[in-house]
Amino acid sequence: MGKRKETMSVLLLALPALVYLIINNYIPMFGIFIAFKNFDYSKGIFKSDWVGFKNFEFLFMTADAYIMIRNTILYNLAFIIFGTIVAVGIAILLAEIKETRTFKFIQAGMILPNLISMVVVSYIVYAFLSPEYGFINKTLGKIFGIQEMNWYQEPKYWPFILIIVFLWKNAGYLSVIYAAFIMSIDESLYEAAKIDGANKFQQICYITLPMLKQIVIVMVLLSVGRIFNSDFGLFYQVPMNSGALYDVTQTIDTYVYRALMQTYDVGMASAAGLFQSVVGFITVIVANAIVRKINPENALF
Amino acid sequence: MKRLKITYDSFRLLSFAILIPTLIITILPFILIISASFTNEDILVRYGYSLLPKRFSLDAYIFLLSQWDIIGRAYGISIFVTIIGTLINTIISAGYAYAIYRKNNKYRKVLTFIVLFTLLFNGGIVPSYLMWTRFFHITDTIFALIVPNYLVNAINIFIIRNYFSSNIPEAVIEAAKIDGATELRVFRVIILPMSLPVLITVGIMTGLTYWNDWLNALYYINNPKLYGIQNLLIRLINNITFLQSSQASTLLGANVVKLPSTALRMAMAVIGILPILIALPFLLKFITKGMVMGAIKG
Repeated sequence: MGKRKETMSVLLLALPALVYLIINNYIPMFGIFIAFKNFDYSKGIFKSDWVGFKNFEFLFMTADAYIMIRNTILYNLAFIIFGTIVAVGIAILLAEIKETRTFKFIQAGMILPNLISMVVVSYIVYAFLSPEYGFINKTLGKIFGIQEMNWYQEPKYWPFILIIVFLWKNAGYLSVIYAAFIMSIDESLYEAAKIDGANKFQQICYITLPMLKQIVIVMVLLSVGRIFNSDFGLFYQVPMNSGALYDVTQTIDTYVYRALMQTYDVGMASAAGLFQSVVGFITVIVANAIVRKINPENALF
Repeated sequence: MKRLKITYDSFRLLSFAILIPTLIITILPFILIISASFTNEDILVRYGYSLLPKRFSLDAYIFLLSQWDIIGRAYGISIFVTIIGTLINTIISAGYAYAIYRKNNKYRKVLTFIVLFTLLFNGGIVPSYLMWTRFFHITDTIFALIVPNYLVNAINIFIIRNYFSSNIPEAVIEAAKIDGATELRVFRVIILPMSLPVLITVGIMTGLTYWNDWLNALYYINNPKLYGIQNLLIRLINNITFLQSSQASTLLGANVVKLPSTALRMAMAVIGILPILIALPFLLKFITKGMVMGAIKG
């Protein structure tokens, strides 16, 4: 068979996905020029006037820019730190459970929150925080003497609420990854340590944690690479899009959505979006370069 | 030696002592919404949502059944979108993965780069929103729920490619080709059946993405008739009364004219996660595998 024909048929298999990637991913990359235009729906994408960096100037003059960037970065840092600690802790304990069925049962429960949509999460949070019927106002508050309040109007509690919701939704899933890694550690290392008289805590400190260190660093770095991205649903749907909370719930992603779909300010939306893409690109590249130094196998490229 | 065994056992006890409460805390929120959905409406209004129904009631579910035209429709849309999206995604991702796995393909490096770069950079939502709405006019069509964002993703392609590389020896392919099989035939008859485990794993993860997605509809659907279950849920939490119709009050009896709205919200949330709860025991193995593969070396 001809080499040429062979190549063609392999390419044919790649073609549908290739076409899709070009449309879905690459055309919008070239569309970033919209951020340098004063977009006007009546004039369309190509005929709107060029304005240079005006959109960015306006954006960064507002308090919005500072708030959304601050929130995006600080929440991500909190998620990375607490998420890693909780997930590694659970993973170490989980790896101790040798009975397969018990292990699977616990694991299933732990990852369940990760399998549901943020919309359902917002319902669950509502069941706790609803001012009239919420579990906290009506039951827990009575037991622990917390005053009834309208949680969706009280910004000061939301950083904690959002971190708790994040941990509830993601710590189990992260622990599955770490537990899989711990269980792949060579059993003979532990056997040897036992013979040397090491107790379980020493085994964790001198075998599990050092072996785990590398994968934890890689996972953390990959998260740091996405530090300018946020889970839209967590910051938009879970706080019920409550205006009183914008100060502590606005992230770059919620800002872009609100500017594009609610205030129809395409200029601001595209400027914020392009800022996110470019800074995100740089952080991913840097994070990946560090990962490659530590362990080339885990690098993205 | 004896002392050693004791410390080992006490650590296992400690594991259970921490994991079981953690598990309970993780599950409690689910119990809360399930319990609330089975509680009598008057009790809910007085005492709020609680972990055990103070007075058991099926009113919320009876009401939901009476509105099955709305809910069943949303369910149908979610199921349709999930199945079609997952099938297309898995098959075309596998095709692409095959092209970057075959060493005889001289374009494999370019193709690998094309898919890898999508993980590093994106144009953001604004250009893609304008493209889908102004050039492809997908607003208020079923395509809006299937096509944007999720039809191919780089992680899936790499997971499948890695599976090919470590499980399918080139020799198998070469042997088939000596027997006269074309690349397309090799892919269909040898590769796909041999990689069924990874295709199922990738398919389940993609299926979850489609089932749980509400962003595409948020951007591209204005007509509530095209809402899947997630977007129906969003609409419901803001405004429960649109479910009310004269039909319902006749079904519940004339004395229950009032909508059991407090319980109803939670019953809807339960309906939204029901397929996942039912399928979890069967899918668990694939889901945990998918999570690990997706995180490490995407």
